Amino acid sequence: MLDFQGDVREHVAVLDALKTPSVRVKREEQLETVAGLIIPGGESTTIGNLLRHYGMDEAIRRRHAKGMAVFGTCAGLILMAREIQGSQQPRLGLMDITAARNAFGRQIQSFETDLSVPTLGEAPLRAVFIRAPYVSRVGEGVETLATFRNRIVLVRQSNLLAAAFHPELVGETRAHRLFVDIVRGRA
Amino acid sequence: MLAEESTWRTKVGLAEMLRGGVIMDVTNVEQAKIAEDAGAVSVMALERVPSDIRKDGGVARMSDPDMIVRIMDAVSIPVMAKCRIGHFGEAQVLEAIGVDFIDESEVLTPADEENHVDKHQFKVPFVCGCRNLGEALRRIGEGAAMIRTKGEAGSGNVVEAVRHMRTVIKEMRAIQALRSDELMAVAKNLQAPYEQVSYIHEHGKLPVPNFSAGGIATPADAAMMMQLGAETVFVGSGIFKSSDPVKYARAIVLATQHYEDPGEVARVSKGLPKAMEGLDVRQMDESELMATRGW
Repeated sequence: MLDFQGDVREHVAVLDALKTPSVRVKREEQLETVAGLIIPGGESTTIGNLLRHYGMDEAIRRRHAKGMAVFGTCAGLILMAREIQGSQQPRLGLMDITAARNAFGRQIQSFETDLSVPTLGEAPLRAVFIRAPYVSRVGEGVETLATFRNRIVLVRQSNLLAAAFHPELVGETRAHRLFVDIVRGRA
Repeated sequence: MLAEESTWRTKVGLAEMLRGGVIMDVTNVEQAKIAEDAGAVSVMALERVPSDIRKDGGVARMSDPDMIVRIMDAVSIPVMAKCRIGHFGEAQVLEAIGVDFIDESEVLTPADEENHVDKHQFKVPFVCGCRNLGEALRRIGEGAAMIRTKGEAGSGNVVEAVRHMRTVIKEMRAIQALRSDELMAVAKNLQAPYEQVSYIHEHGKLPVPNFSAGGIATPADAAMMMQLGAETVFVGSGIFKSSDPVKYARAIVLATQHYEDPGEVARVSKGLPKAMEGLDVRQMDESELMATRGW
């Protein structure tokens, strides 16, 4: 669990509910001990800025190249994107997607909805979108798992998973369970 | 697909996203960019920082919407703006221009000495100040999606911030130790909604994030407030009234992130130029205090 800034506690609570052990990662040496990394919701410019300051961006890219899986929600998705529309902000650039920031509008346009995600079962996911991004381009090998009004909001590329919304805010466990399965080589 | 806009969850959710960060007061586009580059999670757009409001005297009102919009256009992080306590007219203007958060703030001159804004009527989330738990719960009852302890704005003196944070945390600990049949009496004494008291009894925390404001001027101030229980810090005059805003902004962001690591707080504090001038809160006249505005 990347613990720089944002809704870290909510993600840890979901992992606890799934009885999946987790550690909070603030430093490079802690990164060596994990098989999967979650990047929480928060402010992508802030987290990206701090990652670069501590050289953690390079460390995460190195660990990912050696097989570490990564799951990002909202700000996490933006940081994982190779391209961010109209922005040069620091990022990890792990995934072959383009992210559009604040793409549904400002805070007063933030919303929640029932999202259909066939991969995660028949029952819809309650999804909270807060100043949310969406994915405006997917590269080869990137699988679209969910869309909202024709905009891509959940994607997977091999062992990378990224959501434009916050499953962790509503106690939804299925997206995290998929990630845990990816980490354990079961999905 | 049906979408519900501006629910309680999207309001509190934005506050949750700002946890572990620093929210900085800025008075123009240039300062807003400095704040964003330094790693601020949000900026508060206002015409004068609290220490200048204090110096200038007179009635302090909502800032010029044009200036706020220019700042909103210049940065990608959320932008907050202040309205006067009880001034729902100013709040409506701020919502109309699309700010991300409204601070119903004691730093401005109160517009209503009896009532605060009915924040449930708005789509935009609100943050309100408090000095104790009762005040915090009354504001949440009115619809505040984030609480900040008041401290004493523009003083550069952390003593009131400490007092207010310790008070809130201590009052919550006391509630946790009670039997459930004692909670209504607590609600009566605190003059707070029973449901909120009950929530604290069960969860040991406020139902919305609890941030700290008012007098934080150094990295060590920020680290201490985080250890006392703040989930994020507001820094008002402390950055752009210091002798080197770029360095101060960066140092306070890093200290807030590593608040549990004194070695890191020490490293970022080394060689910092002079902090803002501070005021001795005990020597101030009661009428000069901002924290006593609102109830």
